[in-house]
Amino acid sequence: MDYAVEMLGIRKEFPGIVANDDITLCLKRGEVHALLGENGAGKSTLMGILFGMYQADRGLVKVNGKEVRIGNPNVATKLGIGMVHQHFKLVSTFTVTENIILGSETRKGFVLDVKTASRRIEELSQRYGLNVDPYAKIEDISVGMQQRVEILKMLYRDAEVLILDEPTAVLTPQEILDLGVIMRNLIQEGKSIILITHKLKEIKANAHRCTVIRRGRTIGTVDVAATSELAMAEMMVGRQVTFKVDKKPAVPGAVVLEVDSLSVKNNKKCLALSDFSLQVRAGEIVGIAGVDGNGQSELVEAIAGLRKPESGTVRLKGEEITAMSVRGRIQRGIGHIPEDRQKRGLVLDYSIAENMVLEVYHREPHSRRGILNKLAIKQYAERIIASFDVRSGQGAASIVRSLSGGNQQKAIIGREIELNPDLLIAVQPTRGLDVGSIEYIHKRLIEQRDKGKAVLLISLELDEILNLSDRIAVVNQGERVGIVEASETDENEIGMLMAGVKAEGGEGA
Amino acid sequence: MRSGIISLIAVLFGLLAGAVLMAVTGHSPLAGYTYLFEGGLKNPERIGNTLATATPLIFTGLSVAFAFRTGLFNIGAAGQMLFGGFLASAAGLSFDLPKPLLLLVMVIAGFVGGALWAVIPGILKARYNVHEVVSTIMMNWIAYWTVYYAVPAYFKGEFLETESKLLPDAATLKIPFLTDLFGGSYINLGLFLAVIAVIVFAFIINRTTLGYELKAVGLNRQAAEYAGIAVNRSIVLSMIIAGGLAGLGGVAEYAGNAANIQIGILPSQGFDGIAVALLGANTPVGVLLSALFFGLLYSGRGFMNAMTEIPPEIANSIIAIIIYFAAASILIERLVRWLVRRRAAGSESGPSAERKVE
Amino acid sequence: MWTTLVQIMPYAIVFTIPLLITALGALFSERSGIVNIGLEGLMVVGAFAGAFVIFKFQALWPNNAAALWMGLLVAMIAGILFSLLHAFASINLSANQIISGTAINMIAGAITVFLARNMTGSGNIRITSGFSRYDVPLLSDIPVIGKLLFTNTYDTTWLILLIVAASTFVLYKTPFGLRLRACGEHPHAAEAAGINVRKMRYMGVMISGAFSGLGGAIIIVTFAGEFTGSVSGLGFLALASLIFGQWKPMGILAATLFFGFASTVANVSQVIPSLAVIPPVILKVFPYVVTLLALIVFSKSSRAPQAAGEPFDSGKR
Repeated sequence: MDYAVEMLGIRKEFPGIVANDDITLCLKRGEVHALLGENGAGKSTLMGILFGMYQADRGLVKVNGKEVRIGNPNVATKLGIGMVHQHFKLVSTFTVTENIILGSETRKGFVLDVKTASRRIEELSQRYGLNVDPYAKIEDISVGMQQRVEILKMLYRDAEVLILDEPTAVLTPQEILDLGVIMRNLIQEGKSIILITHKLKEIKANAHRCTVIRRGRTIGTVDVAATSELAMAEMMVGRQVTFKVDKKPAVPGAVVLEVDSLSVKNNKKCLALSDFSLQVRAGEIVGIAGVDGNGQSELVEAIAGLRKPESGTVRLKGEEITAMSVRGRIQRGIGHIPEDRQKRGLVLDYSIAENMVLEVYHREPHSRRGILNKLAIKQYAERIIASFDVRSGQGAASIVRSLSGGNQQKAIIGREIELNPDLLIAVQPTRGLDVGSIEYIHKRLIEQRDKGKAVLLISLELDEILNLSDRIAVVNQGERVGIVEASETDENEIGMLMAGVKAEGGEGA
Repeated sequence: MRSGIISLIAVLFGLLAGAVLMAVTGHSPLAGYTYLFEGGLKNPERIGNTLATATPLIFTGLSVAFAFRTGLFNIGAAGQMLFGGFLASAAGLSFDLPKPLLLLVMVIAGFVGGALWAVIPGILKARYNVHEVVSTIMMNWIAYWTVYYAVPAYFKGEFLETESKLLPDAATLKIPFLTDLFGGSYINLGLFLAVIAVIVFAFIINRTTLGYELKAVGLNRQAAEYAGIAVNRSIVLSMIIAGGLAGLGGVAEYAGNAANIQIGILPSQGFDGIAVALLGANTPVGVLLSALFFGLLYSGRGFMNAMTEIPPEIANSIIAIIIYFAAASILIERLVRWLVRRRAAGSESGPSAERKVE
Repeated sequence: MWTTLVQIMPYAIVFTIPLLITALGALFSERSGIVNIGLEGLMVVGAFAGAFVIFKFQALWPNNAAALWMGLLVAMIAGILFSLLHAFASINLSANQIISGTAINMIAGAITVFLARNMTGSGNIRITSGFSRYDVPLLSDIPVIGKLLFTNTYDTTWLILLIVAASTFVLYKTPFGLRLRACGEHPHAAEAAGINVRKMRYMGVMISGAFSGLGGAIIIVTFAGEFTGSVSGLGFLALASLIFGQWKPMGILAATLFFGFASTVANVSQVIPSLAVIPPVILKVFPYVVTLLALIVFSKSSRAPQAAGEPFDSGKR
């Protein structure tokens, strides 16, 4: 068999964990080979080894049938292996050409030769249908085009094997389709692709074969055409999975959150959310679907009080809170599970106890007249730890940095639910967690709904939105392009809306 | 605990480097250090001087440490100290009040002066996200020139152009009881003020909601903001307190250790405060101990210089090298780990238990 | 007014040059991703090394400009060696770059005086003579600018302007410049492109050390003539110029000229009647206040290298 890359019996240990344990992956020339696994299953480590970022403790890597030692990424590049990282490695103030030639510059004597390089980039771009302008600055082009610049970077260095790490996470549905076409073009030209993902649909749509890994071990390699999504999912998780979440029909009550023609600017001073209206009622979960960066963050920040809107109003239980402080809103019943738990949700160097009172330290009994009551704080935290099953080394005194991601997230969710908020905003509440934690968190969110709370869910995972929400609002470029009942819609409709095709009659604005 | 060990090793390295410096310039390190420590500790007067020398360092150290706890780098303690000291001196030279009352006014003036000088960078940081390092450096030089022209203009000294009039007895922190107790030393009430500041610092940081807020902002500004803590207010408040502490340092220096204010120099204690805070791991007790140690080096250097030929700048060199090693604490951590591993390997003659991927 | 300007300008340029070269060095350091607030200390080291070498050589060969050039060269080398301390702490040990820079300032200030005192007792080193001024032939006869720019000049002025031009070219037109800037903006992108980020950052800091050392020594061979243990805040003013110039060579040139001019005006204001009416304190604090205002104005649109000040950890993705 003609293999482009063979990774045989790879083992890699980090202090405390075995990231890869006897993993085997063989990439045929001219195929798209999916690497499927949950977060933390060891996908990134494995690809890091192939790309020379880590050294395997045991095992063998062969490229074109020859055993190789890949000591650093430069060696990988020389062997014709290229990687598009999940977080692009592009210098935003440089042009496309400057980014692509960086590290292997064309030159005339001592001087950079940008012209020759740009011409070559233009050629490559046309040949593979990438449609990239070599003279544009990175900060001015779309995320989708940035990804194509990353692909061009590899092609410019004559890569034969392309590793794409979660390439669709940042793309619109249309861009995802385009990427599929690009992958097919690449294969026709004889390239081979490893596609790292945890999205089964994309594997179905694009891959020939799929290697599934779980907890650092190979579970198996399957022929994609002959394997169902459910079967692959079970291989990934290691037990039976249901894609549906159990929940009763919603019993919506009074309006809790009312957002009325809200317009919000982003950090770049551009209007990120325009004329956006939404109602969330007690006892329902409203999901916001949309591709990353279409105004979701600005919407959440405006509701939570972290960003001033340009115009429009936000009301909570009938009271206008548009200009109210964050603390005022928390006191009036808004709980907020932020997008990035480590950056925004927790003070990592504080203990669990200190983190649990982050919003209520100034109230009795946690403090009186500005003096902290450490015992009361500890007891409060212990209650949350017990009821949300937060596992840690030293209980309430544990430093949060030492907790696993799942436990950190549980702590945040416990903290917010303990506030007993009328409106709970959950942003990407399960990002990066294992299936067990995801199921637990989903149950807790539904439980809040069933207790008669309003829940606003923002997620980039369409499945999560579809499974949890009672109603779904779709945003595209800061506008609400549609709002639908979850029971009456499906992925296709939402996907169309996310791409900017408007439903509803409301074209006015 | 861990930071305590690192600090001790940094001190050791600093002293070693000092020894090397003495040796390469043809002096005996042994004699040098003997006289250096004797100079700071030999008799009550010298001990008193050591304590007095340490006093402004305690204040500037607390100032830098307090700001650091809120995630701010107060590199402007020198300017805050100078301006606080200037306002206090101005009060001392202008008002005719009974000593206790005048001292109280001066202490308040010193705090306000320092706070005023720090609140500007604080506001710039909170409101415009201007990096406080650059703005406090600018404020240092603005203080330098303001005092440079204000002192000769309003409080010109009798003899020298470069200093103010002498403070009257009612306006000095020196009291006969202490001076006599320590055999004529210039130790003064500033030390007690400093000890009170250490205690207040510890209480605020560990026990109050204010301290909780400031630390939360320092450790994770975004999370604090998301939790409804008024981040900008915390930043400004932290700078006010930090500046006020440095201003008190100015009071202790110019109205305690000295008897008037000098112009044409930024007080070195401002920058030494960074070293004090760093070596003391930004804890109140750590700051106190570090300041005492640096005070010892500074107060002993004159005696050393008199008894040997070693220039007094050896003390500054040692302190500067200590701060470098404290900044490069990872080096020390690696060294300790390496030593521990070597010992383990020596006794077990097996592979080391843990391997760290770096 | 015009005569005042013609009087002041040559002095302003002389004062600008050490600021300019130091800020330019800092540009390389910060563009590579290392914040260097140790400029003041590096200048002191350069001033000391330069004064020391010139002092020694002038005793051997009096009236020979070679001693001065030798001093400048050694000052650069001393600056490089000293900057390695900062590079090592910041790059290899992920130390806080502000603290490390502060340590550089303190070490430089203390050790140079310590060493100087071992030699001269007073701690000051006076050189016999510095560079002499001259009018550039032909060019100084050009109307208007000839008087402003080409009279009373030093060789070092032209040398530094040449370095500025060369640096601009290197930074924007060569692979080295592209790589250096990438390391300051997005070191992980640079690493992924096969660039040795640490090496580039070492280069940046060392260039900063060399240029700061040169700047410190130029003070000695032009307007100061004596090493006194400090450069009176010029290093910090250079740092301000870097920010004021928004991390661009031409911006730095403009900023340092501005500061040089402002400082000169403040220094000579008492002897020039039209300026004597302004209180000197206003003129003295003017550059610093302007920098504060500039910081506010630029706060929204700052073009600081994005990764400057952050330790680079290649494991982080």
